This record gives sequence, structure tokens and C-alpha cells, in this order.
Amino acid sequence: MTRLFKSAILGVLLAAAGNGAAFGHDGSHDHSHGQEASTSTIPLPKNPQSIVSVGGGVTETIFALGAEKALVAVDTSSVYPEAATKLPQCGYQRTLSAEGVASLKPDLIFLAGAAGPPSAIAQLEKLGIPNVRLNEAHTLEAAKENILKIGATLEREEKAKELVAQIDEKIAALPKPTSRPKVLFILSAGGGRTLVSGKGTAADAMIELAGGENVAAEFTSFKPVSSEALVAMAPEVILTTSRTVGEFRDGGIEKALPGIALTPAGKANRIIVMEDLYLMGFGPRVGDALVDLSRQFHPASGAPGANVKPQ
Amino acid sequence: MARALVASLGWRTRPRLLVIALGLASIAILFWSVGSGAMAISWNEILDSLWNAYGREGHRNDALIWNLRLPRILMGFAAGGALGICGAALQGLFRNPLADPALIGVSGGGALGAAFAIVLGVPKFLAGIPLLSLYSVPLAAFAGAFAATALVYSVATWQGQVQVATLLLAGIAINAIAGSIIGWFTFMATDAQLRELSFWSLGSVGGASWESLAGSVPFVAVALFLLLFYARPLNALALGESNAKHMGAPVESMKRGIVIATALAVGAVVSFTGTIGFIGLVAPHLFRLVGGPDHRWVLPGSFLMGGCLLCVADVIARVAAIPAEIPVGIVVSTIGAPFFLFLLMSEKKRNGG
Repeated sequence: MTRLFKSAILGVLLAAAGNGAAFGHDGSHDHSHGQEASTSTIPLPKNPQSIVSVGGGVTETIFALGAEKALVAVDTSSVYPEAATKLPQCGYQRTLSAEGVASLKPDLIFLAGAAGPPSAIAQLEKLGIPNVRLNEAHTLEAAKENILKIGATLEREEKAKELVAQIDEKIAALPKPTSRPKVLFILSAGGGRTLVSGKGTAADAMIELAGGENVAAEFTSFKPVSSEALVAMAPEVILTTSRTVGEFRDGGIEKALPGIALTPAGKANRIIVMEDLYLMGFGPRVGDALVDLSRQFHPASGAPGANVKPQ
Repeated sequence: MARALVASLGWRTRPRLLVIALGLASIAILFWSVGSGAMAISWNEILDSLWNAYGREGHRNDALIWNLRLPRILMGFAAGGALGICGAALQGLFRNPLADPALIGVSGGGALGAAFAIVLGVPKFLAGIPLLSLYSVPLAAFAGAFAATALVYSVATWQGQVQVATLLLAGIAINAIAGSIIGWFTFMATDAQLRELSFWSLGSVGGASWESLAGSVPFVAVALFLLLFYARPLNALALGESNAKHMGAPVESMKRGIVIATALAVGAVVSFTGTIGFIGLVAPHLFRLVGGPDHRWVLPGSFLMGGCLLCVADVIARVAAIPAEIPVGIVVSTIGAPFFLFLLMSEKKRNGG
């Protein structure tokens, strides 16, 4: 009896594998998991009139290039500049609906690297809607490459080069730090769970670029930590977003997370609060964000405007 | 008035009429689904696309209807139908109205397989196989569903006989184990993997394509065919296992057949759609409420009922938040759970508590 069952399992698995090989008749679309398909095979329009922009940094770039008139919709992560929030929305970048996006009748879609799910991207491709997919990597190179790519697509190369030059200028002017403060980024702290940013995250990249040391770099991605672990990490600076702080209403982040008061950062009240798209968007404001961050990491370096925002 | 009309029909005509009505409703709902979505397309254009799309190019509606709407509607109907008929067969097998496909480990095993593929990816020694990475999540989910069900089944088998009570308890245990391992995977997952995991656990037919239909519908068809043969033995089983055996019903082979059919059909659809609850529980109930308990009608009726329910839920999922989309699993449970409670309460009133 069991032997019969085992052979049934084997047979079914083989059949399933055979099926797997049988479908997927054309290789033009890619629903692989993890990495997004990087390019589309559909030719791009010359002078796009109705653009859907998916991704906060992408939308910001389109505004910075002065091409926002052609925007018909943005995703919910596009919260800057304020005018972007007035546009119709097409849902959250990671849970797009292909038909929903298509119903906006765009002649061009910009997709941030995080846009998905992969099946929706594949469906948009099948519908033949021209789309430009951008790099998700949290590096300055990727940020600049994305700006140039959007600029080239919208025939605003000059303006794009200008934006990139501004970023380079700002970064070149960053003071050479003499020390690297130990920084902890707190993503969220709801329900007694403190999520901090390890390696490979946007916050980790920003901390390193601004001359800090991520104390949570021993693990990758976002991980929950206890208050005790928070104290053991001994961060000298705590970095968090205005949205995270908003979760706490009155008491502030120190009240909500008792461990913080016991860290060097808590004792010296070195808690930096930044708007999350500004800090982690890797858009045209990435240079400004780094200058801001670097000043607050190294207040002694004497850069003008160095201040630590009190809670 | 409708109730009086239904009550006036005898128990012989009622289930037949209901199955016919559900068949007609299925066709109507499938058509209605093709016409609903974020993109406003007139009926003329839809019919034009359905009839004339073959071989022509340049009509945007053709691609939308043929590549997006039709696959997802058929996937929704197949998934709902598979959940419905398997739920009905399992309720008959366990002689318990609370049984559903999740109980024998299909959903838990499927979710575990999916979590495995999402978090750990394709193992190195298998990486060379073409298309494996493309379909790693559904394949792993299907394998997980089948393996978990096989484990539940073998635990409940003793000297060639399946103890139905043990089958149920083993299912609960395996689901708990699967849940705990998924917990570990969730803990290990990166940010993007976490999102993919939660997306999977909410269930959606939005990603359906002809390829995913080709990978799941054959299993559903085989299960449907197999289960319909068990209608009479299931009726006999309602009188108790030993009675059924005395009546000559193939009880042991039926147990195996139902478990395998469920693992195949539900495993195959769930591996593409993610977890979708409630349909397997509610569809047979709804049918029996009007159509009575005869499995010859309950089985096909639950298939049609499940298909209709999931199709309607998917239309709501598509149009409620245009241009965004709600995961269909949320729609099903939001509407299904209170409705089920209402059913229980009205049943209680009718039976005088």
C-alpha cells in the first residue's frame, strides 16, 4: 500500500516537472523570483504624453527633470514633492495590478527596481505597454544611472546630467570624517517589536556613505531585536524616519523603547529623524540627504548648520 | 417567496434543479467576469476580441482579455471548483461538516513548499534544469502539498486501513509542524522575501497565465473525474464505515482516492494562487442547504458553487480599489466568514436550537 503511494508521489512529481518544462513557450517574459527582469523589448515612445511612475525616487526624478506634466498616475510610495501626492494613484509599487495600471492608458511606465509582483510586470510586458525598468541597488552609481536613464528616455539628458553633477558636487564637498560613529537605524518599533536595518538595506548604504558605522551590519535585511540587544549594540547615534516616530505619538521613541535611554545615543540625545523617502529613496535628493546625515554624524567637523535634531 | 418555492419542490428534483441552475450561473458569472475589470471595455469590444482576436495584431483589448482576464477567470473558477469539490468529498469522508482541504495538510504543506522556494531559492544541484527557477515557487508548493498529505496519510494508515480520526489528528499535527517551519523561514527572510511570503499567504489569481493554467487544470480535471465516481460510496459511508463496507462500498480505496485527488487538485491550484481559505468549507454547505446531502449532486454542485464564489470574489478584488487590487483571499474571508456565521445561526433557529 505504501509502496503504491510512494510510486504515486514520484509519478506526480515527474509529471509536474514535465509540465514545468512544457509551459513557458516563449522566453520574452521573466517571472523569476528575486531579481527583476532588467529590460523590456518594447520600443519606447518618442514623446510620451501619459506616464505612470512607480517608485518614490523615480517620481522625484521626473519632477526634478521638469517632466511632471506628462504624469498621469504615481504609486503610493511617491510622496515627494507634494504635487506628486495630488496625482491619481495606481496602488503600492510592490503589489501592482497589471490591468489596473493598463486602465490608466499610459504610453510609458517607469518601474523602480522594487516594482512588482514579477507576474504583474510580465503581464504589462505582454500587453505591449512601453516600460523602463530601473536599478534597485542601493548605491550612488545606481542612483545616478537611474537619473540618466530617465533623463535619456524623456529627452532631457542635459537636465539629468546637471542633477547628477549636483549630486557629485555635494558628495565631493563632504568633510573627510576623522571618526566613524556607531549608528543604528530603526525601521519600526510597533507592537514591542523593534526592526533594525542590517546589511544590504537602503539605510545601511546611507549610513556607510555618510561616514557612519552600522552597528547592525552583522546580519542582513531587517531583523527584530530586543531592548536588551539594543543596549548591547551601544549605538552612538540612532537614525529613524518621521513615519516611525509618528507611531509613538506623545511619548517619543525613548518612551516607547525603554532600551534607547540606556544607549550612548539615548544618553546624549543623538536621535536623528528624517523623512523616509528623503533618506532611503536614492533619488535626486540623495546628495542633500548625505550632506545632512554626514553633518549630524560628525557635528565636530564644523560644517555649517550642524545640529542634532532633538526628539 | 423563493423559499416557499424551493420548499414546494421535492428532494428528488431540488438537487437536480440546483446543479442545472449553478451550471447556468457559472456561465453567466464567467461572462460577467470577462466584462469586469479596471479597464472599461464595452461589451461590443469584448465580444469582438473573444471571437476575432485570433491572428490579428495591434488591438490592445485582445492582449488584455486573452492574456490577463481569461487566464485569471479560468484559474479562479478552477481553483474555487477544486476547493469546493474536494471540501465536499472530505466532509463526506470525515462525516464532519467542518472538514476542508486544509485539514489534511494540503494548504500547510503548500505554504511550506512555497516558503522554502522563496527563502532558500533553487538548490545548486538543480540549478541547471531549464525553467526550474521560473516555476520554483509553484513546483515547490505543489511538492510540499503532496508530501505533507502523503505524510498525513501514511501516519493514519495502520495495517492497510486508514483510521479517519487519526487522519484528522495527523493533519492538525502536520499543519502545526509546517506552520512552525514557515515561522523559521519568515525569521530568516529578507525584506523582499518577506513581502513575497505575505503576498503568497494572502492568495491571488492575478498572476494567472495560460502556462499556469496548463500546469494546474489537468490535475483539477483528473480529480473532478475521480471524485465523481465516489458519490455513491460516499452516500453509503454516511451510514457508518462498517455499514458501508457491508453494502459493498470500496471504503479503503475511496479514502486513498479522495486524499490523492485533493492533494493533486488543491495542491496544483494553490501552488499558483497561494492560500485561499473558506471556499472548501462554505461551498458544500451552501449546496446542501438547498440541494440536500446526496453526494451525486453535492460533488458536482460544490464544484460549480466553489467556482462561482471565487470568480465573484475575484471580480470584487479587481474592481473594489481600481486601479489597485485587493488580494482575493482577503475578499473571500471578509465576506465568507460572516456569511458562514449567519448560516450557522439561521440553521440553529430552524432546528430550534
